[in-house]
Amino acid sequence: MKRLIEKLAPWLLFAAAIGAWEITVRVREIAPYILPAPSVIVATAISDWPLLWAALLVTLRTTFLALLMASFGGLALALLFARWRWVERSLFPFAVVLQVTPIIAIAPLLLVYLETDAAVLTCAFIVAFFPVLSNSVLGLRSVDRNLVELYELYGASRWQQLRLLRLPAALPYFLGGLRIGGGLALIGAIVAEIAAGSAGKGAGLAFRIIEAAYRLNVPRMFAALALISLTGIAIYVTFSLVSRLLLARWHESEI
Amino acid sequence: MGADMSPSLVTLRAVSKTFQTGTRALDNLNLDVRPGEFLTLLGPSGCGKSTALRIIAGLMAPTSGQVEWGCVKPELGFVFQDPTLMPWVSVEDNIWLPLRLRGQSKAQARKRIDEALALVGLSRFGGAFPRELSGGMKMRVSIARALVTRPAILLLDEPFAALDEITRFRLNDDLLALQKELAATIVFVTHSVFESVYLSSRICVFTNRPGRVTQEIVVDAPTRDSGFRASALFGQTCQQASAALERAYGLEGAI
Repeated sequence: MKRLIEKLAPWLLFAAAIGAWEITVRVREIAPYILPAPSVIVATAISDWPLLWAALLVTLRTTFLALLMASFGGLALALLFARWRWVERSLFPFAVVLQVTPIIAIAPLLLVYLETDAAVLTCAFIVAFFPVLSNSVLGLRSVDRNLVELYELYGASRWQQLRLLRLPAALPYFLGGLRIGGGLALIGAIVAEIAAGSAGKGAGLAFRIIEAAYRLNVPRMFAALALISLTGIAIYVTFSLVSRLLLARWHESEI
Repeated sequence: MGADMSPSLVTLRAVSKTFQTGTRALDNLNLDVRPGEFLTLLGPSGCGKSTALRIIAGLMAPTSGQVEWGCVKPELGFVFQDPTLMPWVSVEDNIWLPLRLRGQSKAQARKRIDEALALVGLSRFGGAFPRELSGGMKMRVSIARALVTRPAILLLDEPFAALDEITRFRLNDDLLALQKELAATIVFVTHSVFESVYLSSRICVFTNRPGRVTQEIVVDAPTRDSGFRASALFGQTCQQASAALERAYGLEGAI
């Protein structure tokens, strides 16, 4: 019984919070354009689904494309960094500058230089890139020194050392970077969409939020917001599962 | 001694090693390893005995002096202080590694892998992952991996230092049995007087910084078992080795 309560507690709390929100809105008769009740938000999400779904697909496409580029780019650059220290010393400052400059400040500039779609993608890529890069570098560096010597003792080629030793050793770190990068890619995409603020066929979820704000369609704003949150959660859960699947048998983090 | 007449398997001639930090680990070390012997390098920690082992293995080049192999450099096996296993592959894949690096498929290496597993008494654990094994079993896997290439000379760098005493005694006996079975030459590094006397046919006592051999002790006992541990010869030899070790520490004090 006690264990059942412990298991259900997070869900119950969540349900209670939503319930309290619903009741408060109804009892105090708060107008939907100030604070819509959860039931209204769900109803809006259903009625506006064609619009929101199309917008979600646009944002998702940007997010995953950016993440894909960040994974390959981050890993490739990490391999160069791990192989040649001077490459890291020369290029890492650029990566840091890109990382510490707020993406919302870079976005307008990118929008001047690039097509809207490309600029949004670039923003999402820039924020997702850094965690993948720095985690992969860390992973490639933290290979057991003795194992490296063992490989040398048996005359392993560079390629063998990379494939059988360095990449597997870096995998948990890379996956950790991907998990952070996934969430950041979504944030980057949303931020860039807001900065772009353009309508048309390529309108993502963030644009739908701004558009709804201009029209004071607060329920739709909430519905779009909820979709963004769910997307973020889905990305995190997906990468956690992938990580568990790949590391379950050997890495401390998944035991 | 008859053993002195046999040609050396490998000879270190006036070997010195100075690290980049300026530490002189070895100074004018002369050492020869004879075929079939169990040679222990005994000394205080940080006396360069591990450095000597690494130089023999070719993991490190001497600053000056020569390493001369009898005819051709024979097959080497090296066991590190830690098990140094790859946690992401199974026990048998860890043992396969030295052959894999030489281009043998697992099917080709199958017989050797099974042999090596049987030699260390782990036949049932081929499919296990390293983290599922105890410290002693991991060390056995590490030894099996060193044996899979059928080395003529096995180098062990304080392999049992981190294990409890019962496990250490058992692995000591296993190592002696292995040597008998494989007729391999063993060079063993330890800072334990009792371990060195129990295992070795010859002990070289090292002094501290810079390391060189101060005394050689021949242990002329045909059988090694609990009876040998209780014998007068064992006690006397231990005293002799302890005294030599103390002088080694004394020399360090004088410097």
